[in-house]
Amino acid sequence: MLTIENLSATVADKPILNGLSLTVNAGEIHAIMGPNGAGKSTLSYVLGGRPGYEVTGGSVTFDGQDLLEMDAHERAAAGLFLGFQYPVEIPGVSNVQFLREALNSQRKARGQDPLSGGEFLKLAKDKAALLKLDMDMMKRNVNVGFSGGEKKRNEMVQMGILDPKFAVLDETDSGLDIDALKTVGEGINAIMRAPDKAVLLITHYQRLLDYVQPDYVHILAKGRIVKTGGPDLARRLEDEGYDEVMAA
Amino acid sequence: MSALPTTRDEDWRYADAAELERLAPADLDVWHEATLAPGEVRRKDLLLDDSHPGVHRVRLTVGEGARAEIFALASASSYTRLEVEVELGRGAHFQFGGVTIGGGEATREFVTRVSHAEPNGTSDQIVRAVHWGGATGNFLGKLAVARDAQKTDAAQNFRALLLERGASANAKPELEIYADDVKCAHGAAIGQMDEAAAYYMAARGLPPEAARKLLVRAFIADAYAAHPVEAERDALLDAALDALGDAA
Repeated sequence: MLTIENLSATVADKPILNGLSLTVNAGEIHAIMGPNGAGKSTLSYVLGGRPGYEVTGGSVTFDGQDLLEMDAHERAAAGLFLGFQYPVEIPGVSNVQFLREALNSQRKARGQDPLSGGEFLKLAKDKAALLKLDMDMMKRNVNVGFSGGEKKRNEMVQMGILDPKFAVLDETDSGLDIDALKTVGEGINAIMRAPDKAVLLITHYQRLLDYVQPDYVHILAKGRIVKTGGPDLARRLEDEGYDEVMAA
Repeated sequence: MSALPTTRDEDWRYADAAELERLAPADLDVWHEATLAPGEVRRKDLLLDDSHPGVHRVRLTVGEGARAEIFALASASSYTRLEVEVELGRGAHFQFGGVTIGGGEATREFVTRVSHAEPNGTSDQIVRAVHWGGATGNFLGKLAVARDAQKTDAAQNFRALLLERGASANAKPELEIYADDVKCAHGAAIGQMDEAAAYYMAARGLPPEAARKLLVRAFIADAYAAHPVEAERDALLDAALDALGDAA
């Protein structure tokens, strides 16, 4: 589904990714772990097409298409979802209005009919319930006045509504208490655990992986994948730390 | 017949000098005058688009306990100026919501002179300016509170959103207060498009034009928030967003 080959990227002329390669097949969940500054968030923004993140080499193929040739909104319409580490507040725009316009823009780009207001609200209610987010919060302005945990759950509600093929979740577990972590983990499984979907989980900690079992765990350091293993690799990292595991 | 104003006149200092020379002196002698009876509520929506460019002048005398509301959109592609002079009686209220929007080289401006002549009067003025190209948006708001006009509560708020380098905005609040027990607030801010919000919207699938429309709508909505009729309020917002259509 996603093939990253020898990807290099800079931010403000500083090289952050240095020849990163990774293949994610449909039905798989991959976790990327790594020390601070390894390039985890840069990878997510490069995949998401954020301005200012410049690709200097390599390629990314998504569902047979050249992902790097597409604008950010076209990537979303093609089925890519980026869960933000720091979800953005948008005063004056309600969650419901924002997501309905976003979903219908995606549907239009795919040649599908738009959802009516009623159909959309039903969908939003279902997904908000799945993530235990009060429907009143869906009517409030996007992320304004939300706690850290509410913002992250809202990201997952958005993912549920937009129903992507592939999700890159950048530290979705940070800022969550134990109960919210479980809710979010179960939400990810419910929304994304399917034979025709895939997930790239970027995380610092093993704890989210207790709920969302990855098929592969990669260690990212200095802008490239330095080690790949199964779920046990994440547990070893938690026990022994990056230095020891990477040296082994 | 009046002499033509120049930009040396305080009230015209941000106007377009070349356009002022083209004004016919007769334009400046026309005042639309209205007197509101005690307790009367009167509202006027003014759409100053390409059918109504140039100088418009309104003079209101607002009787005891009466309420005057003006909601204006200045979106014409040439010099447009709305002047409103208001004299407020005891306990009277003046509500002004204005939006200047547009590109090109035109100046669009609101000039208000609100006189709180008697006690307990209130006024609330909210102006938003959205410009691109080499366009300018201005709000010159003069507020006079007479010695006897105790318990006056007056507020002015101006915010500008400049979509491109080259566009500009000017705010000139002017307060003359001779009473001691009053509340007079004014604020002005000029900013640019929130790039983080724009990217967040793109990442959810909104094309740049749709994202900008949603952000601009949220930005200008404050100006018309006090409009009591939803359909009329939406008509003003829609007309403003139509003007945004040609933005770069």
